[in-house]
Amino acid sequence: MLTEMLITMTDRGPDSAGIAIYGAEVAGQLKLTLQSSDPETDFDALDADLGAALDTHVTQRVIDTHAVAHIPSDQFDAAQKALAEIRPGVRLMSRGETLEIYKEVGLPRDVAARFDLSRMSGTHGIGHTRMATESAVTTMGAHPFNTGSDQCLVHNGSLSNHNALRRKLRREGVTIQTENDTEVGAAYLTWKMMQGATLGEALQSGLDDLDGFFTFVVGTKDGFGVLRDPIACKPAVMAETDQYVAFGSEYRALVNLPGIDTARVWEPEPATVYFWSHADGQTIHDKAA
Amino acid sequence: MQTYDLEADGLRGLNAALHAQTAETNRTRWEIINPKGSHAIAVGLDAPIDVTVKGSTGYYCAGMNQQATVRVEGSVGPGVAENMMSGEVIVEGDASQYAGATGHGGLLVIKGNASSRCGISMKGIDIVVHGNIGHMSAFMAQAGTLVVCGDAGDALGDSLYEARLFVRGSVKSLGADCVEKEMRPEHLALLETLLERAGADAKAEEFTRYGSARQLYNFDVDTSAAY
Repeated sequence: MLTEMLITMTDRGPDSAGIAIYGAEVAGQLKLTLQSSDPETDFDALDADLGAALDTHVTQRVIDTHAVAHIPSDQFDAAQKALAEIRPGVRLMSRGETLEIYKEVGLPRDVAARFDLSRMSGTHGIGHTRMATESAVTTMGAHPFNTGSDQCLVHNGSLSNHNALRRKLRREGVTIQTENDTEVGAAYLTWKMMQGATLGEALQSGLDDLDGFFTFVVGTKDGFGVLRDPIACKPAVMAETDQYVAFGSEYRALVNLPGIDTARVWEPEPATVYFWSHADGQTIHDKAA
Repeated sequence: MQTYDLEADGLRGLNAALHAQTAETNRTRWEIINPKGSHAIAVGLDAPIDVTVKGSTGYYCAGMNQQATVRVEGSVGPGVAENMMSGEVIVEGDASQYAGATGHGGLLVIKGNASSRCGISMKGIDIVVHGNIGHMSAFMAQAGTLVVCGDAGDALGDSLYEARLFVRGSVKSLGADCVEKEMRPEHLALLETLLERAGADAKAEEFTRYGSARQLYNFDVDTSAAY
């Protein structure tokens, strides 16, 4: 279904596509989704080499230009350091207990096919098709962006203070890999949460600190959230039934969902943090005016 | 009755067929099935025909309408009836952003809620919303009437010219230069007519009228320091 939704949205964003999928969890293990422009060389024996570097057992699954490596939960920092040495060409797409992120340039249909997206499964997922306005069309510029562990961000819009904010965050020691504005948004949320904010609080303060247009969708291990800027030019449509909650940039993305004719279809309010969790249902944090 | 399957036969074919109708046409009733949120359905019509869309539409449904009556049995995406000149557009569900934007004439009825910027820069269109409207509605509205049976969001009627605004429920905040005004007999009469035409179950006396304070029309030397 997510694949179909992505393909329907091709004319909103034909240059790249990505998907975040929250799949199966293995107790005590962390999943690193890795990407390489030379996967045959880079992913060859990567599990053995990374395992040797970490002195542990590492398993990996290669999917086209991406590979998912399972490492012990407490070895993330060591793994990141080891990867930079043993496979400098490999880029980290995501980390998390359940999260995997796949993204590439090209038409959404082609991207979906190369990763065989329609065969993936999980508790929830987020797809994004990109029409670049702020930075180059590259794999690293595609969405979703991984923020903290098991967290990701997709964005429709453009941030206008991303250069100043990038410099500030880099001074604070936050790693930002591209000139992309959304990555700065993702890094900002990560930074806020590193300082102790919850995701809801980080999004709430984003309303003050992020200048520009945005409809954000954030994914977490047990749910997803939506936030639109106070002007809310960038579209957002929700569909809810007692079976699912779905988000789309427009109704066309949702038309083939089961029971859409009787679903509650509505638009999120501006400057309001919405969150849906498998655990608690929906929570809403209104921005105090 | 002409039935057109949008999914099977495509958008260009639909709009070409509707544009081919003239004042003398006897193919006056059309039904569009499988709209599935498509954009630009029934735009640029200019004939006294009656078009019913069986489902929800995407962007710019019934834009630039003249003479025709377009009914949507579902919700509409952004920009429904944008720049309408005459005729009627009736939406059974909700409307997204900027419904009826820049409309010069005709009647737009939204039986559910309308989102932000409803009636932005309206120039003579009449809009009746049975439910609520979002923020920045009737921004820079120049002429015409916006009737809201529910509540209005922030900054209603910001930088308003001569459009008339009537709200039955609450207004979250008024925009710059928009003020509450007295309801005179001619306003009640106008409102009654519009409510009846829109099939809205509300009484004219329950509404409050808002309009331009006309303080932004001329340069005010006292505020020159602000520039």
